[in-house]
Amino acid sequence: MAKTPDPPGTATNSPPSEGEVVLEARAISKHFAVRRTLRNFADRNRPVVHAVDDVSLKLRRGSVTAVVGESGSGKSTIARLLAQLYPTSGGQLLLHGKPTKVGQGRAFRAYCRQVQLIFQDPFGSLNPTHTVRYHLTRALRIHNRAGRTAKDLEQALAQLLERVHLTPPERYLDSFPHELSGGQRQRVAIARAMAADPSVLLADEPVSMLDVSIRLGILNLLRDLKERLNLAILYITHDIASARYFADETLVMYAGRMVEGGDSETVTQRPAHPYTQLLTSSAPDPDRIVADHSAATTVDPAGGEVVVEEEESETAGEPPSLISPPSGCRFHPRCPKAMERCRTQVPPRFDLADGQWAACWLYAEDAPERPAPQEASA
Amino acid sequence: MSSTPPVLEISGLNVNYGLGEKAVHAVRDINLTLHRGEVLGLAGESGSGKSTLAYAVTRLLSPPGVITGGEVRYHPRQGTDIDILSLDSEQLRAFRWSEISLVFQGAMNSLNPVHTVRSQLTDVLKAHRPDMTSAQRQKRAASLLSLVGISADRLASYPHQLSGGMRQRVMIAMALALDPEIVILDEPTTALDVVMQRQILKQLSRLRRELDFSVVFITHDISLLIEFSDRIAIMYGGRIVEEAAAKEIYQTAHHPYSHGLLHSFPALHGPRRELTGIPGSPPDLTAMPPGCAFHPRCPKAFEPCDQRVPALEPVPGDGSRTVACWLHADH
Ligand SMILES: Nc1ncnc2c1ncn2[C@@H]1O[C@H](COP(=O)(O)OP(=O)(O)OP(=O)(O)O)[C@@H](O)[C@H]1O
Ligand SMILES: Nc1ncnc2c1ncn2[C@@H]1O[C@H](COP(=O)(O)OP(=O)(O)O)[C@@H](O)[C@H]1O
Ligand code: SF4
Ligand code: SF4
Ligand SMILES: [Mg+2]
Ligand SMILES: [Mg+2]
Repeated sequence: MAKTPDPPGTATNSPPSEGEVVLEARAISKHFAVRRTLRNFADRNRPVVHAVDDVSLKLRRGSVTAVVGESGSGKSTIARLLAQLYPTSGGQLLLHGKPTKVGQGRAFRAYCRQVQLIFQDPFGSLNPTHTVRYHLTRALRIHNRAGRTAKDLEQALAQLLERVHLTPPERYLDSFPHELSGGQRQRVAIARAMAADPSVLLADEPVSMLDVSIRLGILNLLRDLKERLNLAILYITHDIASARYFADETLVMYAGRMVEGGDSETVTQRPAHPYTQLLTSSAPDPDRIVADHSAATTVDPAGGEVVVEEEESETAGEPPSLISPPSGCRFHPRCPKAMERCRTQVPPRFDLADGQWAACWLYAEDAPERPAPQEASA
Repeated sequence: MSSTPPVLEISGLNVNYGLGEKAVHAVRDINLTLHRGEVLGLAGESGSGKSTLAYAVTRLLSPPGVITGGEVRYHPRQGTDIDILSLDSEQLRAFRWSEISLVFQGAMNSLNPVHTVRSQLTDVLKAHRPDMTSAQRQKRAASLLSLVGISADRLASYPHQLSGGMRQRVMIAMALALDPEIVILDEPTTALDVVMQRQILKQLSRLRRELDFSVVFITHDISLLIEFSDRIAIMYGGRIVEEAAAKEIYQTAHHPYSHGLLHSFPALHGPRRELTGIPGSPPDLTAMPPGCAFHPRCPKAFEPCDQRVPALEPVPGDGSRTVACWLHADH
């Protein structure tokens, strides 16, 4: 268990708020209409799912931004909004500082050239009846990057595969997806995204369906692309520990809203928002067990932290309904620190030290006692 | 923990998928003992044979899976040992669920969508405890739900009205319905988020202490295993390659594969550690490398490794743990 200060697998992340902003979301929302049922048929205000509300974020050149949150919190919806696969219900998207709204056709294609999306499922995203060569050639053609001669194309293909470390390229070009391992398939999917030579890569849970032993390789590849090609990367994950290692900046979502943000080390080691504190105290922590092997009992490492007690209440771990989300702070029904105003007023972002912020009334200027963010529980 | 008497002893177990030439040897020469009251963790990459082992031990393996050799002995609290592999189907029916139960991988999606939670729970009771009255079954179903932290008024719910975490807890309630001595959980929380995952595992730890059963806990998330199990066995290519107390594996993994697994997960807590990962990809069971199956990926492979299979043997100088690696062979 060597403690190397700055080993390659964990290269220090560059601080956020540097680097040119490539893609920006300003207060975007997405509401999905709920299907008409007999019960709500006559209802004039048809219910909607508040999948994403009032989300703002900036993706910067040469930087990885992680979005973490539990299942159903709206992470994939954000990726699809940023890729303009759905229209937003509100808010604005800016590419290189210019507002964009693309429909279909040419404008959409131009946008895609800059902003590429890769999905969680490397099995579903490639067509099983076509070879790697077909997938990559098609992507190069769509973005006019196939060159003019067969030799140009061959060179472009080889270069793509080399970028994702599938070498020698000849070994993979004529393979079908089923002949590749999950990790290799995800590399092909990344290569296909790179065919557009984009400036933004949106990665929705790119490793969660892969085997533990190959996840690290894909994450290192993404980091390598960020560094060599100066890409802006959005890394969506439900695994907050991987955000600590691979993202420069980490944003935390809860029930469709952004609740906290800042540089990854700060957010994961000194979480400010009670939901982030719940998330970090729930993550497995072998050190805590090995240090204190009264394993079965609850350990409260930092005193006063939101430690997940032996919850007996059935709703303790339930995320709220997004059709009628809780008023005020959406976390208030589960929050041990909820105050009166949390039930009625939506907390805005409050800035803390070092670029960290939290949307929580505990940090309001006029809060009775502003707590310091949680110290790491190591 | 290993001082308590054994409740399940697996010896020389082999499982194939398919027959003859094309057979895939998914589980190879497994020896493993579960002691009374302990949580035994089983870790390994996907395809390493964890689920196959669980299915074989509970005799739930379906064709083309076949047990080609070995023995699985169950030691009840009273009475004589039972040789699980030689039970006939009538005996098996009585044995399964009441002595050993299994929560399948992805079980939360296997609840019947057209029946309420109540009828699914009472059906299990009806099948195995025919002498229970209907009122007794209702009462038992309600108490089972509250055991796993779900209020009894959810008995009338259909599966789609429950969240994933609640469905998973219903499956655990069902596994506990007949007070089994052994509960096998195959990736019980992999599809859930960490908050829900911890909640369920805590409930399970508490139940295990209260009801005194033993657990085999299967997952690829080794940091979770270290926290919730007493002992851990690591599988690679169908074999167990290392077995030790959870704490000891975490502190010093002897097998290079265990070491690699431990260094593949970024840790949230504590200082940032170097992540080395494991080079290469998991072995193809239809074309297993000769010798130690890990040798093509092993950073420490040396001369005997691609020739002979290392046996799972006590670590020299520490008889409480075993490892299958030439680096630690006593000769
Ligand atoms: N097309 C749709 N129609 C209606 N509701 C939708 C649609 N897509 C998503 N939702 C809802 O929006 C919410 C957010 O979904 P989303 O897929 O963004 O979650 P997520 O954070 O990516 O979750 P996961 O971790 O499970 O992938 C959920 O309640 C989901 O059911
Ligand atoms: N029904 C089946 N037919 C053929 N091969 C199978 C079948 N089920 C599992 N296998 C193979 O057996 C090996 C072990 O699988 P499994 O026990 O599911 O692994 P794990 O649970 O460790 O991921 C894998 O190579 C898998 O492909
Ligand atoms: S705003 Fe109130 S309810 Fe929401 S997280 Fe902060 S203290 Fe808790
Ligand atoms: S036996 Fe050899 S190849 Fe196998 S794990 Fe040990 S050192 Fe590595
Ligand atoms: Mg998603
Ligand atoms: Mg499995």
